[in-house]
Amino acid sequence: MATQTATANTRAVVVQGAGRRGHKGAGGRSRWSTTVILLLCAVTVLLPLYVTVAMAFKTSGQAVDGNAFSLPMPFSIQGFIDAWNLTKFPVGFAMSFLVTAGTVVATIILAAFASFAIVRNWDRRFFRWSFFYLLAAMFIPFPVVALPQIQLTGRVGLDNPLGVILLATMFQLSFSILLFTAFLRSIPMELEESARIDGASTWQVFWRLIFPLLAPMSATVGIFAFLYAWNDFMMPSLIISDADLQTLPVRQNLFQNQFSSEYNVAFASYLMAMAPAIIAYLFAQRWVMEGVTQGALKG
Amino acid sequence: MSETTTIVTGSDKPVRRGGRVEPIYYAFLLPPLILLTLAITLPGAIGIFFSFTDSIGLGDWNFIGFTNYIAVFSDPAILSSFLFTFGFSLVTVILVNLIAFLLAVGLTSRIRLKTGLRAVFVIPMVVSGIIIAYVFQFLFQNSLPAAGSALGIPFLSESILSDPDLAWIGVVVVTAWQAIPSALLIYIAGLLSVPGDVYEAASIDGASKRQQLLRITVPLVAGYVVINVILGFKNFLNAYDIIVGLTGGGPGTATRSIAMTIIRGFQTGDYAYQMATATLFFIITVIIAVLQLAVTRGRNAL
Repeated sequence: MATQTATANTRAVVVQGAGRRGHKGAGGRSRWSTTVILLLCAVTVLLPLYVTVAMAFKTSGQAVDGNAFSLPMPFSIQGFIDAWNLTKFPVGFAMSFLVTAGTVVATIILAAFASFAIVRNWDRRFFRWSFFYLLAAMFIPFPVVALPQIQLTGRVGLDNPLGVILLATMFQLSFSILLFTAFLRSIPMELEESARIDGASTWQVFWRLIFPLLAPMSATVGIFAFLYAWNDFMMPSLIISDADLQTLPVRQNLFQNQFSSEYNVAFASYLMAMAPAIIAYLFAQRWVMEGVTQGALKG
Repeated sequence: MSETTTIVTGSDKPVRRGGRVEPIYYAFLLPPLILLTLAITLPGAIGIFFSFTDSIGLGDWNFIGFTNYIAVFSDPAILSSFLFTFGFSLVTVILVNLIAFLLAVGLTSRIRLKTGLRAVFVIPMVVSGIIIAYVFQFLFQNSLPAAGSALGIPFLSESILSDPDLAWIGVVVVTAWQAIPSALLIYIAGLLSVPGDVYEAASIDGASKRQQLLRITVPLVAGYVVINVILGFKNFLNAYDIIVGLTGGGPGTATRSIAMTIIRGFQTGDYAYQMATATLFFIITVIIAVLQLAVTRGRNAL
């Protein structure tokens, strides 16, 4: 439990940090000028998102006038209705959801399995070498092996979302194992030994003790897998051969020509594809920020 | 790539608690190991193998030795995509780190609305690259030229995306927009790890705010700079999604990245040839990774 509190503390520092740091900052004068500068910077972040929302709610007549920043007048949801039907949004959403959920779950479980086996058998050469082998995959970017993968997945009938889940999981694996093994080494063996004295098998030890203890790290691993799988365009566009089974980002590309100058339809479609991840982020801000910081620093 | 075969052999040695490894540990380890081998190692080996042939992806093929590699080195399209990718990555890494660092300094100082501002700055990280590229494409092609001609700036009155010499700027802007949040979060963590007393001591000694920033903050977060540069470079070298959405590699091939060259070439029937490109790209990536690791070790960062 000591480890859990330790990480909880570092996380609290990362996220709040506010008050702690206060005493070193400048006096009351520069505080406001900094705030104003940062607010202006925040505008550049929000501007493209504002444009997306504003354009999406315009009528097609207003959308073609080219003024991106005007408010929708009149307010119209026709763009959403057209985009929903044109891109078959429900199917796209289901595919994106399937790929993302599959990748997140498979990454967490496979990486936790491998990490547990490796850390507990570190003195065996096979497990040690397996660790370095699994880690070496981190140096192989997708474009390098994309062409043979396209061919192989086609040949074995994995040119579908299932194939993307498999490949995406494998590309997330190295990094996730690195995070899990570092965390597992900090869990004291005594905990596990006492569970074994109570008669628990290794399988039970993993599921009842280790996996729950890994939860904070699983959240980090899951967030990285989620962001990758939900937003990725390159892999699904190359691996999934049937356009009907494509994920949301790929659908935007496929329908780009059909949107043509119906900008309200295009932006409504973009918005529907982006919104789930943004909404999920707004609800889980703290964990996302903590997770990404932790993950990047250890990885 | 041949590690798989060697790994399987050397295993039988006594373990801690005596006896053999519980078989269940193999059940834990083997599925990820086998899947990774099938999904990455095997395709990698196949790809390298075919880079020495004249295969077009199907049908018969012959060994042609290093012919593909020699051709790659004299192919202006491929050389220019390497040049573009490295140049673009370098510029983006510098820009991202500079902006992210300054934002992190701002966001850890005494300001109002701290939590809200931080939440806003992280949003681009959760947005899909190709989709936000489409949004920016609209802005670059409609809004920016409109603003340019309204303000009488001839430089901006035409879309920068249709100018072969300027289109890369658009790619840098959108990539940076999306990459800043993760660098920012790392810098915030870095800045918060510097103890406050250091600054107190410095201001007692009469150091100005600027001196404190350059003499204390920058050296103390140097390790985090290394992390951000490594992570950023690794991502930008594989640039694909944003470029597809923003310029499609154009105008012409002005903004075509290495990843795009490999994929486009394949789609037009150059399987073995593009595998030679991919293999070279892989070798370069590994060299860069090793160099970066050496630098990190040398600095003993974190």
